[in-house]
Amino acid sequence: MSASPFVRGIAAAQKRKVIVITFGGGARDQETFAPEGQENIPHMMKELIPQASFFTQVMNQGILGHYVATASLATGVYETLNNFSAVPPDHPTVFEYFRKDLKRPASDAWVVAPSNGFNRIGESDARSYGAGMGARVVLPKHLLTAAMSGSTTDYDHLLHDNYENPLSTPQLAGGEFELQQLEMILKLSVDDFKAHALTVSSPDELSMYIVRRLMQQESPSLLWITMHDIDIAHAGAYSLYVDAIRRTDRLCAELWKAVQSEPEYAGNTTMFILPDFGRDADEDAGGNGFQHHRTGDTASRTTWMMALGAGVKEGVVYDRPMQSIDLVPTLGAMMGFSAAQSQGLPVTELA
Amino acid sequence: MVPSDLKAEQFAGYPPEARKLAVAHLAALQQLPLSFAPSLLREVIDYDYKFPAECGAIDKELANLSSLTSSQMKEWFQAFSQFSLSEKLQSFDWINQPGQFVEQLSAYLWTTHQLDGFRKAATDYGDRLRSVTTPEPLPVRRLGIAVIGQGVSSYNSPLFRNLRKHGTYFDKVKPDDGLEQLLAGAAARAKTHPVPYGHWYVDGGQGVSHSQLLTYVSYQALEPVRASLLKNIHAEIERPGMGPEELRTHLARITPSELGMDQAGDAVLDRFQVRLFTEGSGTQIFSTTFAQWTAREALRRAQPLTLLVRFAPRQQQKPMNELLSASHNEAELDPIGSLVDADMCAYYHWINQQRLPGAEESSFLVWFEGHSQALAVSPSLPRGAQSSSTKDLGELLALAVS
Repeated sequence: MSASPFVRGIAAAQKRKVIVITFGGGARDQETFAPEGQENIPHMMKELIPQASFFTQVMNQGILGHYVATASLATGVYETLNNFSAVPPDHPTVFEYFRKDLKRPASDAWVVAPSNGFNRIGESDARSYGAGMGARVVLPKHLLTAAMSGSTTDYDHLLHDNYENPLSTPQLAGGEFELQQLEMILKLSVDDFKAHALTVSSPDELSMYIVRRLMQQESPSLLWITMHDIDIAHAGAYSLYVDAIRRTDRLCAELWKAVQSEPEYAGNTTMFILPDFGRDADEDAGGNGFQHHRTGDTASRTTWMMALGAGVKEGVVYDRPMQSIDLVPTLGAMMGFSAAQSQGLPVTELA
Repeated sequence: MVPSDLKAEQFAGYPPEARKLAVAHLAALQQLPLSFAPSLLREVIDYDYKFPAECGAIDKELANLSSLTSSQMKEWFQAFSQFSLSEKLQSFDWINQPGQFVEQLSAYLWTTHQLDGFRKAATDYGDRLRSVTTPEPLPVRRLGIAVIGQGVSSYNSPLFRNLRKHGTYFDKVKPDDGLEQLLAGAAARAKTHPVPYGHWYVDGGQGVSHSQLLTYVSYQALEPVRASLLKNIHAEIERPGMGPEELRTHLARITPSELGMDQAGDAVLDRFQVRLFTEGSGTQIFSTTFAQWTAREALRRAQPLTLLVRFAPRQQQKPMNELLSASHNEAELDPIGSLVDADMCAYYHWINQQRLPGAEESSFLVWFEGHSQALAVSPSLPRGAQSSSTKDLGELLALAVS
């Protein structure tokens, strides 16, 4: 005898998967979806956009540092924490809302992030949420550093923590995904991990490898990936910035293909792609063009968002303004949890 | 401590000319809001080491402030008076450490969501100041020259895309002796219009023979300084308690002699060069970034009449797998990537030049070194046009400044 519609509804909700990719760190419209930038994102233009709802005006009114901005994306509140310290957000994260309201286990919410500073993004300091209620966080570069310890290879340049402040690495303060858990959770030996690292060209590619393993081994319902190769722009080399955008474009498309090929994800996954913010305009005298995101000008605050997959209208473009903090309440409406302390609004076109 | 409590003796730690200037305008400084005064003092405290153009700008700004009545002063700075500042900022030693104060103020404005308002107030103030201070007439139209693509044998993608709508693209330039002709043109301008720090040659690699009349900055010549700074930074970041803010404070205080520069050198230029490394991002790693940042800072600060910037290949950014491999050797060069970088840098060079007085009369020339492609922006040349005339670089330069 088949289950009642009510039971089937609950089962469908429990199968619902959401993947969020921050297209980072920080890309301008003119190098992405503006006409002159579209050559840099062929995969999104040709493969993803036709399947997506696309929002052309996503405003970030908060602090334009990658950790604090990503934390704001994850809480739905413009956080004011120190961008260069590994500290938890002040407000509950989407992972805490998701797990608490839907009574999901720790294995159902994961973050893959680039640098030590993101180690605490999985759960907040907020009362009624916080410790033990958030997402597991994997820092692939941190794992690689541990895996390569004792090596004589000079890979400091590759593994430096971030591009915004390349001379400093925040200390980790507990809760990190340790090397031995590679084998326990991802079924990946340290040697295999190191061997794979030797085949990829960038930290984001390594992150994507970890994401694929997580999808296969844990199949989390809420998976958050923060990319950051693009932030090489801080070094001032335009060609490297554009190369990183092209790589990130390819990785996003590859992940979407992987979603279609994974039985746990195919057909029931909604994927969001959005930069955490833009970068300074060429014409703003207070900045140095693409290199930084320090002026707070329109180009650095305005970006875009793409949603595709389950429950999303295909091939629709929305030009109305929305805010980056609208993401969390939108996810809440889609997945069935309440983003109670978020200051954003659900995007009605998606929720 | 608020500006109204300022006293002359509190500037005792300033270099002589800076101290004299601050004391001479003490009454004006006392009327400024705390959200503004340290930004001005940040410029004043370095007065003894600034280029003539910067000193002139500071003189004019202070003279204007001193000419305002109390009610005019309140009206000029009403927007700045609205910002709330933390107690920590109010108790900071902003007289002697104005640069550090401004950094902390910036962070505070971000976290309290006051940055956009501050940004508007600052822009409005700058516009108003420009409207009441008349720029000196230029002895000659300003000229920018960018030489890009050194070491690239062929490149098939379009160049100068951002600049084409502003000037004329030449596709049959005669490249022989092009660099020499451009440097000779710069030297001739320096001879005819001798202005201190008025004519520059910046090389992102090893410089070539050039006139001593040109102010010269070269990435390769500064290699010992760069190496010394990196060593200094690595030693500092190993120290307990050294975070990003502490490191920035340390870097802001580094003097040329600490990095091994000759004390008998040009104090103004030496400090400028040290700051290219201590304030620039990526200048310590990539020569293309160094050349671009040097051009930006030279234009912003020295406001040269002539600025020739030649880009050289930067080191390659190695992919992760090569970096992880123990077998990698010395950093290789990336001529094509450097050409793409420099093409964008040339655009920024032009943008920064256009921010200076006389922009509507200025000229700009960018040339793909050793090749037949160039682009000139000049009031005398059509915009968005293409020319197949066969000129050498000397002739093209003459055309651009005609």
